[in-house]
Amino acid sequence: MPMGWFRRSKTHRQMALIGPAVLFLAVLMLIPIVLMGYVSFLERGEFGGVRWSDHTVDAYVAFLFERDFDGSLQLNTDYLQIFLRSFWLSIGTTVLTLLVGFPTAFYMALQPPRYRNLLIFLVTIPFWTNLLVRNYAWILLLRNGGLIDSALAWLGLTDAPISVLYTPFAVAIGLSYSYLPFMVLPIYASLEKLDFRLVEAAFDLGADRRRALARVIIPLAAPGIAAGCILVFIPSLGAYVTPELLGGGKSLMIGSLIQNQFGAARNWPFGAALAFALLGIVLLAIVIYLLRFRRSPGEMT
Amino acid sequence: MRHRGLLAAVMAAALVVGAGSAAAKELFLYNWSNYFPPELLKKFEADTGITVTLDVYDSNETMLAKLQAGAAGYDIVVPSDYIIPSMIQEGLLEQIDTSKMANFKNIAAPHNAPPYDEARGYTAPYMWGTTGFTYDSARVPGGKLEESWKEFFEPREELKGQIAALNDEVEVYNAAARYLGVDVCTESGDDGQKVLALLEKQKPYLAMYQSDGTIDRMIAGEVIMHHQWNGASHRTKEKLPTAVYVYPKEGTAFWADNFAVPKGAPNIENAKVFINWMLDPKNIAEASNFTGYMNAVKGSEAYLDAALKDDPAVNMPAAYAERLRPAKSCGTAAREMRDKVWTRLKK
Repeated sequence: MPMGWFRRSKTHRQMALIGPAVLFLAVLMLIPIVLMGYVSFLERGEFGGVRWSDHTVDAYVAFLFERDFDGSLQLNTDYLQIFLRSFWLSIGTTVLTLLVGFPTAFYMALQPPRYRNLLIFLVTIPFWTNLLVRNYAWILLLRNGGLIDSALAWLGLTDAPISVLYTPFAVAIGLSYSYLPFMVLPIYASLEKLDFRLVEAAFDLGADRRRALARVIIPLAAPGIAAGCILVFIPSLGAYVTPELLGGGKSLMIGSLIQNQFGAARNWPFGAALAFALLGIVLLAIVIYLLRFRRSPGEMT
Repeated sequence: MRHRGLLAAVMAAALVVGAGSAAAKELFLYNWSNYFPPELLKKFEADTGITVTLDVYDSNETMLAKLQAGAAGYDIVVPSDYIIPSMIQEGLLEQIDTSKMANFKNIAAPHNAPPYDEARGYTAPYMWGTTGFTYDSARVPGGKLEESWKEFFEPREELKGQIAALNDEVEVYNAAARYLGVDVCTESGDDGQKVLALLEKQKPYLAMYQSDGTIDRMIAGEVIMHHQWNGASHRTKEKLPTAVYVYPKEGTAFWADNFAVPKGAPNIENAKVFINWMLDPKNIAEASNFTGYMNAVKGSEAYLDAALKDDPAVNMPAAYAERLRPAKSCGTAAREMRDKVWTRLKK
């Protein structure tokens, strides 16, 4: 009897401890997603919004097909092209942040422990300012006649305006800047735990610097690199503010496409369906990550 | 007016957070960002003893979506013409009988009986303006361009890459349709194709589609021609005197923003006091001086800054009146076609 009571009270205690987290996930994550999924299967309302009682899969059909004037369905690759463009841009951003982020994290990990916390602190400083304000700052930096342009001209390095702002490259720069900390911190977390005796051993066994990096350090940092890549890739894919401000608006990105559906097009179900297609792609990326890195050496520490 | 800058909207929203104290006489104003002089709010508070809390948005659709999602607590919203019939039909607006207000007699025709609310039962006029384009006369061949959308949609080779369009599906599509003589609410696929063909031909000549920062872009000389709202054009001219605003002869979009009271507003009477107060020539003139847009109240000219009164971009010469085209609320099929054209243009 006392044993049973104890076991039950332990269960209760566990439930009380887990409860807030479960509630948080259910209220702030699950319900909005379920609602979004539900909206994507509804008929659009005449003036925006949805008709809550009419169900249809039109929104998903419209992603790949369009009705021709005789009513027959035709393959329509417009939206796929927009998704593909965002996809490439996100890959470009991920590569850029990795190229800058890995050496940064490596440098941080090599510092004496008392400096490391200061460096982490410095990496997070950009987050103190609103994303929008930081993107406007990039406009001032990148525009023709802006800081970078004038500086290059003054140094005599360029004789024509750089014309970088309002190009996809400007968007990649803006996104890389915004998400760089998400790349640096997980890689740093992996490298910090790295046992540098392993690197010394590699040198003792005749490896040169490049070989030690490629065969010892990078494999051990792989989980951090993968986590960083996912943390950069996913938000880049759905980014809205940066492409809107730094891009020239000549080609749509997923974020702007979805915004258009809730705005000028007043087609909420299609907007919700697009968001769900995006969610599907992101889930796929995470599943691949989990399958690939479930049993990686770094996680055994 | 459709898009007033994300930055300003967010900053202003950040400023008002936490400002909603519990005064008995209060009014919650939900307006476009950077679209109401703060001094005028203070004057209203001093005149009436009603405390105003301001919240801001950046597009009609944002405001509509928020009301449709059940946002309560706003006493006044400022919808544009084309969205008002939808809001009335959806039952989102409170009937306020503007036509019975003391200052209704001040409203100039045709603003006293607009097509979207002919009896003025739900709305009162705030600012109105036009969407044409601005060019820098110092940098175009011959120093002068035709007053036609042709200069914008089929530009001269010299201006290639020096032109910017608004990043606005409705404005771009409607201007193109008017240039081609096509109904802006057309549901015919052939018409849609024609508009798309024109826009695709124009695209290589454009430097960008951007609704933010049109004034700075013109002043900095980044582009020579900009698809622009007349108020923004006026502000461009303050720094760039050679800027010229064009009312294209094929049809110039004409918009009007209006005060309206959302259904279930907590302070309806205060909202009516506010609206009547704003129809006073002196008060509304102060708003015009701040926004750079024209109001619809007779006698306000006397209180306008000279710069506004003397600028044809703001104080439209009467001869151009026939070029104005009021906004139309299009049906679902027409909207779908417009969105298809826009998506295909930018795929």
